[in-house]
Amino acid sequence: MTPYSTRQKTRQIYSWVGRPLLDRQLHYQTYKEISMKTRSCPTEIRIQVGQFVLIEGDDDEKPYVAKLIELFEDDSKLHFKKRARVQWFVRFSEVPLSKQHLLGRKPHKQEIFWYDYPACNNNISAETIIGPVEIVALAADEMFPVDLKHEKTLFVKLSWNEKNFKPLSLELLAELKKLQRVNSICQKPLEAKTMTQESPSLTTAEHVVKRIESSHSSSKSRQTPTHPVTPNARKRLELNDCPRTPNTRISQQTSCVALGSPGRTKRKAVFLESTSPYKKSQLDGVKASSPVLKVPGKTGEVPYFCAEDDKKSSSECQMTLRTRVPTLKIMETEESSLSPVRRNKRSSVVPSVILKPGKIEKREAKEPEAGSEATITSHRIHRKSALLTLSRIRQHLWLLEDKKGDQEEEEFMPKAEVSDLSSEEEDTSTPSLPRRNPQRQSRILQPSLSPSMQTPSKTPKKPVKPRTPRHATPQIRSRNLAAQEPASVLEEARLRLHVSAVPESLPCREQEFQDIYNFVESKLLDRTGGCMYISGVPGTGKTATVHEVIRCLKQAAQTDDVPSFQYVEVNGMKLTEPHQVYVQILQKLTGQKVTANHAAELLAKRFCTRGSSRETTVLLVDELDLLWTHKQDVLYNLFDWPTHKEARLVVLTIANTMDLPERILMNRVSSRLGLTRMSFQPYTHNQLKQILVSRLKHIKAFEDDAMQLVARKVAALSGDARRCLDICRRATEICELDHQKNDSPGLVTVAHLMKAVDEMFSSSFITAIKNASVLEQGFLRAILAEFRQSGLEEATFQQIYTQHVALCRMEGLPYPTMSETMAVCSRLGSCRLLLVESSRNDLLLRVRLNVSQDDVLYALKEE
Amino acid sequence: MSNRKSKNNNLIHAECLLQVQRTLRERFCHQSPHGNLFGIQVQYKHLIELLKRTAIYGESNSVLIIGPRGSGKTLLINHALKELMEIEVSENVLQVHLNGLLQINDKIALKEITRQLNLENVVGDKVFGSFAENLSFLLDALRKGDRISSCPVIFVLDEFDLFVHHKNQTLLYNLFDISQSAQTPVAVIGLTCRLDILELLEKRVKSRFSHRQIHLMNSFGFPQYIKIFKEQLSLPAEFPDKLFAEKWNENVQRLSEDRSVQEVLQKQFNVSKNLRSLHMLLMLALHRITASHPFMTSADLMEANQLCSMDSKANIVHGLSVLEICLIIAMKHLNDIYEEEPFNFQMVYNEFQKFVQRKAHSVYNFEKPVVMKAFEHLQQLELIKPMERTSVNSQREYQLMKLLLDNTQIMNALQKYPNCPTDVRQWATSSLSWL
Repeated sequence: MTPYSTRQKTRQIYSWVGRPLLDRQLHYQTYKEISMKTRSCPTEIRIQVGQFVLIEGDDDEKPYVAKLIELFEDDSKLHFKKRARVQWFVRFSEVPLSKQHLLGRKPHKQEIFWYDYPACNNNISAETIIGPVEIVALAADEMFPVDLKHEKTLFVKLSWNEKNFKPLSLELLAELKKLQRVNSICQKPLEAKTMTQESPSLTTAEHVVKRIESSHSSSKSRQTPTHPVTPNARKRLELNDCPRTPNTRISQQTSCVALGSPGRTKRKAVFLESTSPYKKSQLDGVKASSPVLKVPGKTGEVPYFCAEDDKKSSSECQMTLRTRVPTLKIMETEESSLSPVRRNKRSSVVPSVILKPGKIEKREAKEPEAGSEATITSHRIHRKSALLTLSRIRQHLWLLEDKKGDQEEEEFMPKAEVSDLSSEEEDTSTPSLPRRNPQRQSRILQPSLSPSMQTPSKTPKKPVKPRTPRHATPQIRSRNLAAQEPASVLEEARLRLHVSAVPESLPCREQEFQDIYNFVESKLLDRTGGCMYISGVPGTGKTATVHEVIRCLKQAAQTDDVPSFQYVEVNGMKLTEPHQVYVQILQKLTGQKVTANHAAELLAKRFCTRGSSRETTVLLVDELDLLWTHKQDVLYNLFDWPTHKEARLVVLTIANTMDLPERILMNRVSSRLGLTRMSFQPYTHNQLKQILVSRLKHIKAFEDDAMQLVARKVAALSGDARRCLDICRRATEICELDHQKNDSPGLVTVAHLMKAVDEMFSSSFITAIKNASVLEQGFLRAILAEFRQSGLEEATFQQIYTQHVALCRMEGLPYPTMSETMAVCSRLGSCRLLLVESSRNDLLLRVRLNVSQDDVLYALKEE
Repeated sequence: MSNRKSKNNNLIHAECLLQVQRTLRERFCHQSPHGNLFGIQVQYKHLIELLKRTAIYGESNSVLIIGPRGSGKTLLINHALKELMEIEVSENVLQVHLNGLLQINDKIALKEITRQLNLENVVGDKVFGSFAENLSFLLDALRKGDRISSCPVIFVLDEFDLFVHHKNQTLLYNLFDISQSAQTPVAVIGLTCRLDILELLEKRVKSRFSHRQIHLMNSFGFPQYIKIFKEQLSLPAEFPDKLFAEKWNENVQRLSEDRSVQEVLQKQFNVSKNLRSLHMLLMLALHRITASHPFMTSADLMEANQLCSMDSKANIVHGLSVLEICLIIAMKHLNDIYEEEPFNFQMVYNEFQKFVQRKAHSVYNFEKPVVMKAFEHLQQLELIKPMERTSVNSQREYQLMKLLLDNTQIMNALQKYPNCPTDVRQWATSSLSWL
């Protein structure tokens, strides 16, 4: 999806351009320019100091924006020696949510802000640079341009200093505007040559990004012939165009068929081009215009040309470009490795060579001497027999030109960098060349070339997989009809009483909240780690309190009251297996997805080794008891990590039992857990009432007595706040049902609540017995009689059956058959009124009551 | 004369009757949500309100429908879902149906949920990952939603009590947790016949369950039972042959007022109140309807009732040979003498020998292997049961056995046993008669 290629996806190579300038004070070498190229697609982007660049960030869609201030090499670092100093810009989305309102208007879609915050780290690795970007500075009274030429252009109007937005100072504005001009100027030499159709202000990065569009536009414009140019160029045009025009296509194709497959030549052309790096092509283009080129044999001494040549060459390029419409069209489909820049250059080269076909042979003969090209040559010789058609020759020549470009480029290099660069060159181009040969031969009959095949050689080990969304965000589809909002008081009350409704505050847990807050805050401030164990019966607000603490701390971190921290939450119940906790933690920390064992190693490495200064991690482990394993290694690790000095890990654990550490944990585990314990007492009736009152603020839906009643009932039962809320919710429903008949606005009364409590807590056994059939009731009676007779709480079916028959005789009822009684017995057993053995035992199965005898008697007597 | 008349109408009747049998059988066998609900209107109202609130307001709920087998739990939920789908919200809810007998562990259940929510295409190239991946995937999916925008999901867990036995009750915890937090609105509906279901829930799971229970207890009386009987047997108004339907319904009306029919129904009602047993009775009666006998009579119902209440073991005893009967009688005597102590083959054989030598005139003195064979046959029929598991090297003659027939059963069976020799019958009544 992302239009920016970042390092994770395509490995890029960064190299310095120009001589190093030694900075005397700082003892490192600074540079003026850096070049980057991707291995998969050998375009090259040069970035100079002072340009605006995109920096790789967390969000691929929105990379960071900055102005390049300095480029230098830092030898003190082990990796990423190439450093850059930047001045940051921030996007609106990077401004903390709580501060966004300070802007006072809707931000422009492409708006960024000058980041006026000196404390921010501005020393970055140069290898995180993605590419240049265009930034337009606007004065405070200027409007954002409405018709954007490029949606990538960013606008800066205000500065942001973490406190408020300010308009850009005049000097700054002037400087930025100047820079902007410089930016566009410094790109002009490139642009003028390459992108004649595009506006000159386009930066190269945009160029790369937009190459699809540009190739479209250029191909379109190319189809309309413009004024004639120099006769030389004209002639080239005709020559080149001839075999490719639609009229002559058939002949061309036949020639292709003779060689192998139709379209192969085109593909080959694309292929060759795609393998040549951007830089070379640029040189080629220049060469095309230079007189030397017309004598290809002397390519070795191409002199350094000056800027004046550029204009001429560009016009020439433009003309020759038009000749190659069909080829370019094909290339459009394979845009991943092509850029119009290269095409222009390339096309200018080709015809010039064609004009002198006689010299080709000569060059070929020479070329084997070039060491790095030995592999190609063999291929070339091998294919000599096939050099029959014009198209073929042409391709071959492109290849040659390629080589030549390589050579020349190396010669162009400033001496200081030759070694460095050439090694890189070998990396990129040399291995690619031998591969080209077999690839081409094997693929000749395949109708289409996949992009992955075109990207030469650098990534041959891993076949390019069709990209699947790695972090697919699953979601239940959204609803078609809008959810209705509550209409009546009772509905509103019900909504607020739902357990899921997040209350503004957590009443009655102030003390616990404060304790946990202080604990975590102190750890954050001290930059140390620690463990805390929180216990309490279900529904006492443990998790809610911790969430609230974290929410407050996050707010505090935004206002810089406490250092920022990373928060990770895992729940033992939401894991399939204790060891999965590692996977979850790692995934939430870094986004990596690995196996449990590997995750454990990575986490141990992260927390136990002396790392760079990173922010504290707060880990909440809910339902801790489920992480218990036989070896207790999971728990051990969780409690061991915080003890490491460098870990900066605060672990908050939640479980139900107060004495869990003593009961199930080994000594070495519980010792690491430490003594920071907290237990949440069940809510008292006063607290429950307070919770209800705070939830129903401003809503008069409940009688006062009713609330009192439910609070007392629940406090007596369990002190579970969830129960309390559920009962109240049910009571509102009952109330609503009652008042449907007489249409009066309801108030939940004690009666309604009693009904709700009864519904939820009354044992269903008694109603079940009351509603049982006559035979079932008789059977229960028989059980009671048998129990009384034997004095035991258990009897076999046979005994009960005899008892049953006797009872029936006494009452003069027809006694049931064995099968019927058996059915009755198993029916009662399936409801769990009785506890019965499996029915295989038949007459001998033992029967017990699951209810107390008194309850049965009571239920049977009632009718 | 009426007989001849009906013969004339035979052809029409035959067609009608086929139709009658089809409609009624469909009604008895399928739990179609089209039928009427009997005596569960209050519960129905509770459930449908709950579902509507989930569908319309996006309120999460959880509820258990509890009732003995055959009390109409599935009928209730099917009815409610059908009505929910008929009102405008049909596009607005997703349904997930799980059954504890099919989804025997959480892994399978998760896959099934993913499948039914049509989420598997989001997983990417591999359809289902590991159990852990699936769980976090599904939880992520459900966590993403909120009350206002997400489509509510109705989870129907049939045989809810079986989900309780899954490891850690992970699935239930997560479902209930979602229903109690501001995530995708869900309604979790559990159907179970266990009255003690709440005690099976783990304390954390229990705390998250809303404790709403809808009890279905077959709480109707006999007058209503007769009404149900009438309604179940009546032909619908859309029956093609109006005339026949009218006649049939008239007959049903007459039946319901018939004394003997009421007696049959009362008997059935006393045994079991659930509607399935009534359906069974009516089904058996329906089989007796033929072209020559187009209308149900009280005799049909009585016969059907007899079939229903038949003692299966007595039926097996009817099919035994005289020798086997003799062995059973010997066992009965042993039971009487030794007070339910287990016996072995040798004891039974001795008892049988005593009877044959002293008393029997009609029973041939079979050899021991033959008697052994008969004894083994009884064991195969599970009329006698070994006390311990049969091991290879134990001697069969001395293996301890128990009789799985009651005295009353034996006596009843003997009375009906065809061509039972008199001396055997006498021997059965008195264990001392051989003296």
